[in-house]
Amino acid sequence: MSLLQVKNLKVNFGGIEALKGISFNVDQGQIVTLIGANGAGKSTTLRAISSLVYPSEGSIYYEGRDITRLDPQKIVEMGIAMVPEGRRVFSNLTVNENLLIGAYLRKDKAAIAKDMDHVYDIFPRLGERHWQLAGTLSGGEQQMLAVGRGMMSRPKILMMDEPSLGLAPMVVQDIFRIIKRLNEEGMTILLIEQNANAALHAAHYGYVLETGHVAMQGTGRELLENRQVREAYLGKSAKR
Amino acid sequence: MIDKLLPCLLSGVSVGGQYALIAVGYTMVYGILRLINFAHGDIFTAAGFFMVYLAASLPLSLSLPLVILLTVALGFAVERVAYKPLRSAPRMSVMISAIGVSYLLQNLMWYITGGLAKQYPVIPWLSTSIAIGPTSTKIVTLFTPVLTIILSVALVTLIRRTKIGMAMRAVSRDFETARLMGIKIDSVISATFIIGSFLAAVGSVLYFSNYTSVTPTIGAMPGLKAFVAAVFGGIGSIPGAVIGAFVIGICENIIKMLGYTTFSDAFTFALLIVILLFKPTGLFGEKISEKV
Repeated sequence: MSLLQVKNLKVNFGGIEALKGISFNVDQGQIVTLIGANGAGKSTTLRAISSLVYPSEGSIYYEGRDITRLDPQKIVEMGIAMVPEGRRVFSNLTVNENLLIGAYLRKDKAAIAKDMDHVYDIFPRLGERHWQLAGTLSGGEQQMLAVGRGMMSRPKILMMDEPSLGLAPMVVQDIFRIIKRLNEEGMTILLIEQNANAALHAAHYGYVLETGHVAMQGTGRELLENRQVREAYLGKSAKR
Repeated sequence: MIDKLLPCLLSGVSVGGQYALIAVGYTMVYGILRLINFAHGDIFTAAGFFMVYLAASLPLSLSLPLVILLTVALGFAVERVAYKPLRSAPRMSVMISAIGVSYLLQNLMWYITGGLAKQYPVIPWLSTSIAIGPTSTKIVTLFTPVLTIILSVALVTLIRRTKIGMAMRAVSRDFETARLMGIKIDSVISATFIIGSFLAAVGSVLYFSNYTSVTPTIGAMPGLKAFVAAVFGGIGSIPGAVIGAFVIGICENIIKMLGYTTFSDAFTFALLIVILLFKPTGLFGEKISEKV
């Protein structure tokens, strides 16, 4: 059974159907990516899973339980964390505090401290700047902080919304390296990307979203080799 | 001159302390909701009436904590009833709701009291006179600034060092991401109103121990001045609001000492205009671009 199952999910925004009934599965231990253009409904899907928006129809199952319309904090508590689009670190909090607030619902102080050390181990740059206000970090560092903050709730699934957005190519490589490392450590990852090439290379399985539908699905490799995907999403980069 | 200056400064820091306790409520609510809580001055007044009615039948040892409890409950209820349902509405709607609550509270107080000024009970310890050098003053005059500073330091420590404080800072910056961390923003907002109302209740006890009579609209002027203090200090900043309040309290009393009592209120509002013209973000205010 899949760790996360989304079935026929529909979301409306003021009369406009942003999601027109999409279904997909995320299996334990995998990196699953949703790719697609702006407005295809990728972010809305993640926001619905996090309960930031409520679907009008459809269901979300996590470990076999229906979690549709649970409170956002319940979702975090159960083990689904989100790294939101645009990083959204708390610029008025220090790096340390941003990580601590990621563990807001946890009470196990010793384990929290251990997990912080682990985050600083993965992102040494953050460790060097642990006392700085998050607002003073560079874009790439803020993205790393956002990922670290997401890890601090000890999720079973980490959802990432466009982690490579607006970052220099070198930093994008770093981010994808880290995504793979987290996955190797056992984290299941649901990744949203416009950078389809990088996402499909990293992912075990992918879904292509088009205007609120799942247009195609397949393993990362299958989608990379698919002619339609190459023309629509990979552009010249596919010909390498 | 010198023998006039000492009582003038004393009374300045005392009045400033009273303004500060109200101003913190304004500035905290603004920091989190970007809302000027127009009802805050009326909650301060209500605290005064709570004391008048409670002290009529109960000993002070009971009525004092009850006043604080009731004021906190009132602040909490106002937020739940009038602001929470408008959480996703445009900010202007919440602002108008706040004005509505302000008039509702004032009218309720007119209705209940019949519009007559009520005598505030004498709190023996606070009203005792003591001599300082050549002058004498009530203990409350000395006690107010001391208590204000203690409470402000405690509050700033709470916000900087505790988990709920961290949550408040996070919520003040970004509601949605705070929810993604598992923070219940409604609880954090309630906590803000509870703290603000608590301080307003303490402020009202100190204020009315000086001015002795309570009317339904008496909170308007100290409320407005506290608001100016919050703007002066940089709205959203707690130390700013406290310092702003002390500056205004001291300036008003210096003007009174110089014989221009008539102009002391005008000065405060002239100060507001000057701040808005030359330093709209106040002393410690940060430049925050509109939330998207």
